[in-house]
This record gives sequence, C-alpha cells and structure tokens, in this order.
Amino acid sequence: MWRDTVLVAGKDLRIEARSRVGMSQVAPFGVVALVLFAFALGPDRTTMAKGAPGLFWVAVLFCTVLAVQRSVSVESVDGARDGLRLSGLDPAGLFLGKAAAVAAQLVVLEVVLGVGVVLLFGAKVTVPWLIVVSSVLGTIGLAATGTLYGALSAGLRVRETLLPFLFLPIAAPVLLAGTRVWQAALVGGTPSDGSQWLRLLLVFDAIYVALGVVVYGPIQESA
Amino acid sequence: MSPNQVVHSPLDQTPRARRTLRIIGIAAVVSTAFTVWLGLWVTPPDQVQGNLVRLVYIHPGVAWVALYLAFGLAAVSSLLYLWPRTRSLFWDRLAAAAVEVGVVFNACTLISGSIWGKPTWGVWWAWDARLTSTAVLLVLFLGYLALRRVPAEPDVRAKRSAFVALFASVDVPIVHFSVLWWKTLHQGATVLNPNLSPTIHGSMAWTLLLGFVALTLVFVWMLLVRYRIGALEDWLGRGELNVALLERQAEGGHLPVVASELVGAESVVEATPECEPEPVPEGVTR
Amino acid sequence: MALPNPSTPAVSFQNAVALSGRFPLLAGVDLEVAPGEAVLIEGPNGAGKTSLLRVCAGLVSLASGQVSVFGLDPAHQRNQVRRRIGMLSHASHLYDDLTVRENVRFGVRAAGAALDRVGPACDRLGLVGRLLRTPASKLSAGQRRRVALAILAARWPDLWLLDEPHAGLDASTRQTLDELVGEARASGVTVLLASHESEVVESLATRAVTVIGGRVTAERVLLGPQTRSGVGPSPLATPMLPTGVPGSLGVPATPVASGSSAASSAPKESAVHVA
Repeated sequence: MWRDTVLVAGKDLRIEARSRVGMSQVAPFGVVALVLFAFALGPDRTTMAKGAPGLFWVAVLFCTVLAVQRSVSVESVDGARDGLRLSGLDPAGLFLGKAAAVAAQLVVLEVVLGVGVVLLFGAKVTVPWLIVVSSVLGTIGLAATGTLYGALSAGLRVRETLLPFLFLPIAAPVLLAGTRVWQAALVGGTPSDGSQWLRLLLVFDAIYVALGVVVYGPIQESA
Repeated sequence: MSPNQVVHSPLDQTPRARRTLRIIGIAAVVSTAFTVWLGLWVTPPDQVQGNLVRLVYIHPGVAWVALYLAFGLAAVSSLLYLWPRTRSLFWDRLAAAAVEVGVVFNACTLISGSIWGKPTWGVWWAWDARLTSTAVLLVLFLGYLALRRVPAEPDVRAKRSAFVALFASVDVPIVHFSVLWWKTLHQGATVLNPNLSPTIHGSMAWTLLLGFVALTLVFVWMLLVRYRIGALEDWLGRGELNVALLERQAEGGHLPVVASELVGAESVVEATPECEPEPVPEGVTR
Repeated sequence: MALPNPSTPAVSFQNAVALSGRFPLLAGVDLEVAPGEAVLIEGPNGAGKTSLLRVCAGLVSLASGQVSVFGLDPAHQRNQVRRRIGMLSHASHLYDDLTVRENVRFGVRAAGAALDRVGPACDRLGLVGRLLRTPASKLSAGQRRRVALAILAARWPDLWLLDEPHAGLDASTRQTLDELVGEARASGVTVLLASHESEVVESLATRAVTVIGGRVTAERVLLGPQTRSGVGPSPLATPMLPTGVPGSLGVPATPVASGSSAASSAPKESAVHVA
C-alpha cells in the first residue's frame, strides 16, 4: 500500500509540476479571494484583523475545492481512471497518494495565503507553532475528505457544481476548529483554547483518513 | 427459478398491507387533529410565553422525527446496504425515502423554531450547537438528494448515496460538538436558552406526548408511501430492462430465453415478501 | 508470473449477463478459453465484444451468470486478477502532462511489474529519442496506442485483452503487434482479441467466436498464424520474451519466428457452449 501511495503521489505531483495549475491558477484565486474579503469587510483594520482567521480558512476551503477538482480531472482525460483501476493499484494506496498530493499543494497554498493574511489584514501572530500545527492537521482533513468526495463525484457530468455542495458542509468542522486555533494564536487570544481545537482536528483527520482507506476501493468501482 | 413462478409487481396488494397502511393513515390524521384541537383550544396559555407556547406541541415533535427518526433510519439503512451480507436495494430505497421525508420535517423544525425564537429571543436565528447542526444536517440531506437525482444504474446510485449518508452521519456529531465547544468557550456570549420548553404538566404534558405520537405516525405513513413509489419506479425500470434483453437477444436471430430466467425477475419476486406492497393512494401520479 | 494450470480455463463465462443501466451489454454469454489460447472475438459494432473484454477485466460486473479469470472472480478478487491481465482498449489511459517515458514507467510500476523491460519495449515500438521525452498530449492517436502497447509489452501479463488492436496503427506497428502476439502465445500467454475486421487479425488466433446481440452465436477454428511470405521479426528487434518464464505448456522459450511452429500445433481442445 505505501509503495502505491508514493507512486501515485509522485505521479500527481509531477503532473502538477508540469502543468503548474496550482501555482498559476489556484494560488492567485486564493489571493483574489482575500482581496475581495478585504473589500467586503471594509477599511477598518480592527475588523479585518478580527476576521482574518476565518477568512484565511474560507479561502483555503475554496482552494481545496479547486485542487480536488483538478486532482479528479487529471484522470478523466483519455479514460485514465479506467487505467488506474486496470492497473491493480491498491485502492487504499491510491486514496492516500492522491490525498497526499492534494495536501502538498494545499500546504504551499496556505503558506501563500497565510503570508497574505498577515500582510493584508494586519493579523499579529504570537504563537506561531499553533498556526503551523493547525494548518498541517487541517490540511490533512481537507485533503482526505476532498479526495473522498472527488472520487464519489468523479464520473458525473455535474461534478463541477455538485462537488462543492457535497464537500463544503463536511469540511465545516475544519473551518470552525482552524479558525479558533488561529484566533487563539493571535494577539489577545488564549493559546490553551487552541490545543483543545487541535484535538478536534486530530479526531476529524483520524476518522476520515481511516474511512477513506477502507471505502475508496468500493467507491472507485461504482463510479 | 422455475418457469412457473409468478412474477409479482408491487401493484399487487396483500389485503393485510393495504389495511395496515390505511390504519396508519387514519391514525395519523386523527391524532394530528386531536393534537391541534387540544393544542389550540383546550390547553391553557403559558404564564411567560402566552399563546406562543403552543408551538411546543409541534416543534420538539418534528425535531425528534427529523433528527433522530428519519436521519437515524437513513444512516442505519445505508449501513445495511453497504454491508455485503445484508445488501439489498430495499435498504437503499428505504434510506432515500427516509431522507426525503426527513428533509421536509427538518425544514419544518427550522421554520417552527424560528417562529418561536423571534418573539422569545428577539432574533430569527442563533448560532448555538443544536440549531447549527440541524441546519448542517439539512444541507447534507439536500446534498444526498441532489446526488440521487444524477442518472445512474440503481446499484451504482445506491452505493454512492449510501457513502454520502455514511460520511454525513459521521460529520453531524462532529459539527454538533465543535459548535458546542465554540459556544461554551465563550461564556456570556449566549443569553439564549436553547431549551425552549417551559415546565410542562397536566394537560399540556399529555398534548405534548400526543403531538409526538401524531407526528411519528405522519412520518411513518409518508415514509411507507414514498417507499412504495420508489419500489414502483424500480419495478417499471426492470420491466423495461426485460424488454431490452429480449430485443438484444433478437439481434442475434435467436429465440429469446424464457421470461423467468431474465434478470430482474428474481429480485422482483424477492421484493414481495420483504416489503409489503402498498396500494397507491389516490392522487399520486408517477 | 504463475505457471498456468492447464486444467483451469484461463477465462470462463457461463450464461453471463452484464448491464449498463437498463441496456444489456451481454445477454447470456458462454465461453471457455484454455490457457495459452488465442481467441478472436468477432462481430458487428455494438455486439458486445468490448463488454466481454471489460467483464474479464472486472470493469463491468455481471448482473447474473458467472465469469472467472484464472479461476478468480474479476469482480471480487479484483486486484489479484488485474495484476495478471493487461488490456489494450480504445482509450490509451495516458496522462497528458507526462512524457512517453514517464507514462510507460508509471503504467509498469502501477501494475507492480519490474522496470527492466521498459527500455526494450519502447525500442521495439519505435518510441525512441525525442519521442520518449514528448508529453502525451502532443502525440497522435496512433502514437498513443503505441505507448499503451509498450506498457503491455513491458508488463507481459498472463492474459492479454486486445480491443480492436489494429485500429489506428500504421503498417509497421501492426506488424510489430502481430509479432508480439505471436511471441506472447509462444510463451504461454492467453490472448483475447476483439475485432470487427476479421480478415486482418485472423492470422493471430487459433479460434474465432462470433458475438452478436450480446451472446456467442458461432465458433470456428482458424489456421493460426501464417508466416507471411518470408517476413519474420526484423533482425533489430529484440524478442520480448521475459527471461525466467518457465517454458509453460512445453513450448521452448526461444525467440520465435512468429509463424512456423505455432501454425503446426493443433488447435487446442476446449469446451464451448454455443447458445
């Protein structure tokens, strides 16, 4: 299973490196979203600083949708999805590999967006390690659930509109927890609150990664 | 599968099934009417909330049906469908019917809660754990229904829907607890008591109980009818399939295989003992 | 690769019915293929030839009836079956952003096969030099098919499922394909070929079954590969026989001039139920 994971993740990341969709389209979209949020929240810097954590995670969620769509569409050209099925790859490895590739892209995006939030919204971070850990845990959860729902909607013509609708409610706890951790890590927050939310993220990740490993195979066959 | 085995359609009704459904329907109507009468006229208004308290006869009832009865049934049915030993389209149809009826009850929960909340709390909506998870549940239900609308083969659609139901049922407790933490970590932020029930006794208590029973009966009746519609749709589809099989074989210039050996005949016959065929109520069109 | 048990049929269909929604792809197929056989599946368009191959690969599951590949159920023992079969279908399953070489390497590694035959396979199919470094999106349809064929040749699985193999290939690639099929048969590989151009591919198989309306309606014996007026494998081509394959079924593992020895072997005994 792990060998297949590495193989698939490598394949997806190599494709990303060639096509540079993540860098040239998804990341700019995230930045544009942040700018629009700034327009929406108004010029008052205290309001923007307060809203920064939530807006960061909302932007990450939208970028996840795009990243997952891209991950799924890589396989829908030329029947590559059938090809993956035919190859006899371990479905658990396939799931972990694709999720890992999405997660890797998300991490890079989050660095960009995080910097953007600090610069544009004036958020002042006092406990950086909380931010880092929450980003890692949140990314894992988003990548796992995103890949799962991507597989569920892979064969459908209406995937573009259906995937966000299905995926975003499931991702809501990550948004909630991630935002609280960020708030705890900013000036005026309580860091101890943050570790409680980190635990929630950990539970979320464990549940959905385990689910994905088990059900990805049957989902793939029925798509 | 002997050639003599008769193929039943869900249109065939055993008298017992027809009677059962009719009794449930009548009981639902009667108990609802009784609840309305008791709730609106017989029971006294509350000291604090006045006539507004009469919503207690509906709101907890629809909430109980939507959140626990409908959604719980959908989750369990989906699991039973996914489990290879108990896999049968019966569970898939049951889950779909439960979700569809559950959406209606869920919407009623939110609307009745909102109507109650505005005069009591001053706001149409509050972001506490219960309300938020009910709203998320509604959105997840709607996603399930949207996915079911996508045309697909019955077992593909069943599997896909079952997975969505599984993921959703895992997510709802997580959402509930996270919002609960969210609010308790910020003490003093809520003066809104999510528990809207005043102290209840006497005739009000009995009416409340009757309300629960009435709404449960309504749910069961709607569930059975919706299930039957789903079974009829599937049966019609299988009929088309058998025709298609015959035509396909005729392409080769061969005599068609005897009808009872065709795909679908087996499962239709199986379906009859499992699910009592219910009569199509008047006014229901395909 | 396991030594095929001569008594277990490589592929066995019993009254197999497969559906796509309401449409019956297969309406009751009975077929048995012994290990090492090469069977041509012929019939008009839409007859169910592709569906038959897809059922073998476990891509389509049966609504009723039974199918077994090497004694395994392709629907339930998917991965075990898939690692032993290779399919050449209409789509080439390539990744547009990866180069030819990367695609072949991924295809081989994904199936768990060794990478040592990748080089010879690419050479054999003329995928050399700059072509190896071209992204798959820039290839023509015929070139894509060559890449898919290279993956198949590098993997050398026990069962080859070829769907309209000659379609889109130029003459020299067709010849290479024919040679490969010949070598495969010589090494004990079972081959199922689906084609509606019977005359072109007849020489590759020993038996032909006709599929119409989703059922096997007829069967005939073929003469098998003929040496085509003295043309053998080109002197530059390295034979694709993997080293270390036991000479299954007693056929010596030597470079085979596709034709002579195979043509003289008797058509294999097999039971076929004709509907």
